[in-house]
Amino acid sequence: MHNGNLLEIRNLTTIFPGRRGDVRAVDSLDLNMRAGEILGIVGESGCGKSTVLLSILRLIRHPGYISDGEIRFRGVDLRQLNSSAMRQVRGKEISMIFQDPQTTLNPAFLVGEQIREALRLHHIIPGRKMPWPFDAALRRHEKQRVLEVMREVGIPSPIDRYVAYPHQFSGGMQQRALIAAALVCGPTLLLADEPTTALDVTIQAQIVELMLRINKERGTAIILVTHDLGLAAEFCQRIAVMYAGRIVEQGNVEQVVMHPRHPYTQGLLNCRPRISMRELRVQPIRGNVPDLAELPFGCAFAPRCEHVQDVCRIGPVPMVTEPDGHINRCLVHTGFQRQENWQWSDRVERTV
Amino acid sequence: MRAVKILERVLVTIPIVLGVAILVFLFIRLTPGDPVDIMMGQGGAVSEGEMEQLRKEFHLDEPLPVQLWLFLKDAVRGDLGYSYVLKRPVTQLISERLPATIELALGSLVISLLIAFPIGIISAVRQNSAVDRLSMAGAFLGISMPSFWLGIILILLFSVQLKWLPVQGRIGFDAQLQNITGYFVLDSLLSGNRIAFWSSLRHLILPSLTLGAPVAAVVARVLRSSMLETLRSDYVTLARSKGASEWIVVLKHALRNALIPTVTVVGLQVGILLGGNMIVEEVFGWPGLGRMVVSAIFDRDFPLIQGTVMIYAFTFVMANLIVDVMYTYLNPKIEL
Ligand SMILES: Nc1ncnc2c1ncn2[C@@H]1O[C@H](COP(=O)(O)OP(=O)(O)OP(=O)(O)O)[C@@H](O)[C@H]1O
Ligand SMILES: [Mg+2]
Repeated sequence: MHNGNLLEIRNLTTIFPGRRGDVRAVDSLDLNMRAGEILGIVGESGCGKSTVLLSILRLIRHPGYISDGEIRFRGVDLRQLNSSAMRQVRGKEISMIFQDPQTTLNPAFLVGEQIREALRLHHIIPGRKMPWPFDAALRRHEKQRVLEVMREVGIPSPIDRYVAYPHQFSGGMQQRALIAAALVCGPTLLLADEPTTALDVTIQAQIVELMLRINKERGTAIILVTHDLGLAAEFCQRIAVMYAGRIVEQGNVEQVVMHPRHPYTQGLLNCRPRISMRELRVQPIRGNVPDLAELPFGCAFAPRCEHVQDVCRIGPVPMVTEPDGHINRCLVHTGFQRQENWQWSDRVERTV
Repeated sequence: MRAVKILERVLVTIPIVLGVAILVFLFIRLTPGDPVDIMMGQGGAVSEGEMEQLRKEFHLDEPLPVQLWLFLKDAVRGDLGYSYVLKRPVTQLISERLPATIELALGSLVISLLIAFPIGIISAVRQNSAVDRLSMAGAFLGISMPSFWLGIILILLFSVQLKWLPVQGRIGFDAQLQNITGYFVLDSLLSGNRIAFWSSLRHLILPSLTLGAPVAAVVARVLRSSMLETLRSDYVTLARSKGASEWIVVLKHALRNALIPTVTVVGLQVGILLGGNMIVEEVFGWPGLGRMVVSAIFDRDFPLIQGTVMIYAFTFVMANLIVDVMYTYLNPKIEL
């Protein structure tokens, strides 16, 4: 394995061409992840969280494309793989669960068969491959495995549920079925794209518990994408905060939640309702979610920032890594000084 | 459960077909033109007495409600009366002609689906490509081209110029096919007559193509637009994320769901296959119901018109029933 990291993303840039110019939904993104770790990616709607995950699996849909960067998984750059090698990775090494379980399951097929599909595609169960309908024995073995996984993710009476259609499932059960489909080949990395957003609060907790258990028991590394910093703080070991396609702060939970460096992270923390306090004080971040097609030249957060100074607007702000590994992209902590040794060339954003 | 429901639906077709029959009965009698006049007009000198005699024979002298009663009384027993002109039972005439029409309709259905599916799927997968633009332009032509014109062009090209395919009829004279079911392709298979098989297939191609072209165009367009939608859906992304190849993504996950709206449209098009065949049968000398009903209308041959329209109505309702049943298989959310 490549210096101990399961996943190393360098300078990842994903672009959606549009009428008003290119949208850099993910811009020069760096991310490292160790095996078995849970990493949270947090940010407002439209900041590019889903695009990061889809880029890792190379599922960005035309006309969008990954324009730059490396995605090293176990030392191998996924961007260099041909399409059939890439398919070997999808579902088997890295699998994904999605935001809206209701539209993600195929309404025309049995839930059990949809979970089994990945097993079949990757020939996980050894057995002679025979054309349908002579594949009964292999099919039975695969079904056995599917039932085990359905049990593992907490789907009650899996034998009956195997032959049900998605619309006969509740939202929480649909999400469990999707998690089962993602786990059935035993992936080492699970990409979870806001897996609880579409669910009731009580179900949300159950699903997150389930993912924690999977992480403990199977050692599956998880990237948990969410817009809820509190949720990420509760379940992740490290957190990356995204704003307008870039990571603006990254560190372990302690660093990010207790000592947030970036005004945006502080804003996210403030706008979380704290039940423990007598009165509910929610302080929304002022301003609107930025338009990715028309980002300012300097710091993207500058128009909404309370601490903004002129220096923030004159040019791009590079990443700063503190000695303890806490990363941020804000000038406040350099005393608003632009420093000599900043490399303007590589990492640093678009030029005029 | 499903079988009971299907039976229910079949039984419901009886009042529908009778209703259609009553409407047709009234309409043809309310439009000008007297069958006896037309028959006798061709015969030359006929006395007033003879005409009265005929009117009495056809019950045309009775009041309208009585005529309707007489017609319905026989119809529910399966007796559709005698053709005024051909002097033979209508049921017999129809059963002679029906196989030709159904063979043509099935032929066109098969040809149109064979054309529409690859085009619809490829156009959706390669949206806005040259293939897509060309196919959709072709589909537009297919919809707007009148079938008599297309038929004549095809005959000129493939029969007259290239001499690949026959011009007229259902089968060559040399085939010596023994008539078993009336469906020539089926009969030649049953009797193991290879010459007849190829001959009847070759005769089927051009009329089927002419009749099927507008259907193919409509189906291709619907399939393309529903494929465009299903290809964008989340479950297609899920299938890709599981490692499915493009083939499986397109032909299994996307196509399966795109079939749901497509099947409905195909069912509606069956009406066009039945209704449009009058012209096509005329152009290709195809001895089917369409030609017969056209001449029956000119002759004011009331029983024959009524009988044929009832068959059309029945087939149309049946086609819709088949579509509804298929629909429940394709879309698990719907029950019959
Ligand atoms: N298929 C696409 N075509 C064009 N632009 C896209 C497409 N997908 C995403 N984008 C652009 O990329 C940006 C990031 O989208 P993305 O879906 O990654 O956001 P997100 O952080 O996942 O948001 P959410 O919380 O709403 O899911 C969006 O602002 C959008 O403009
Ligand atoms: Mg998203």
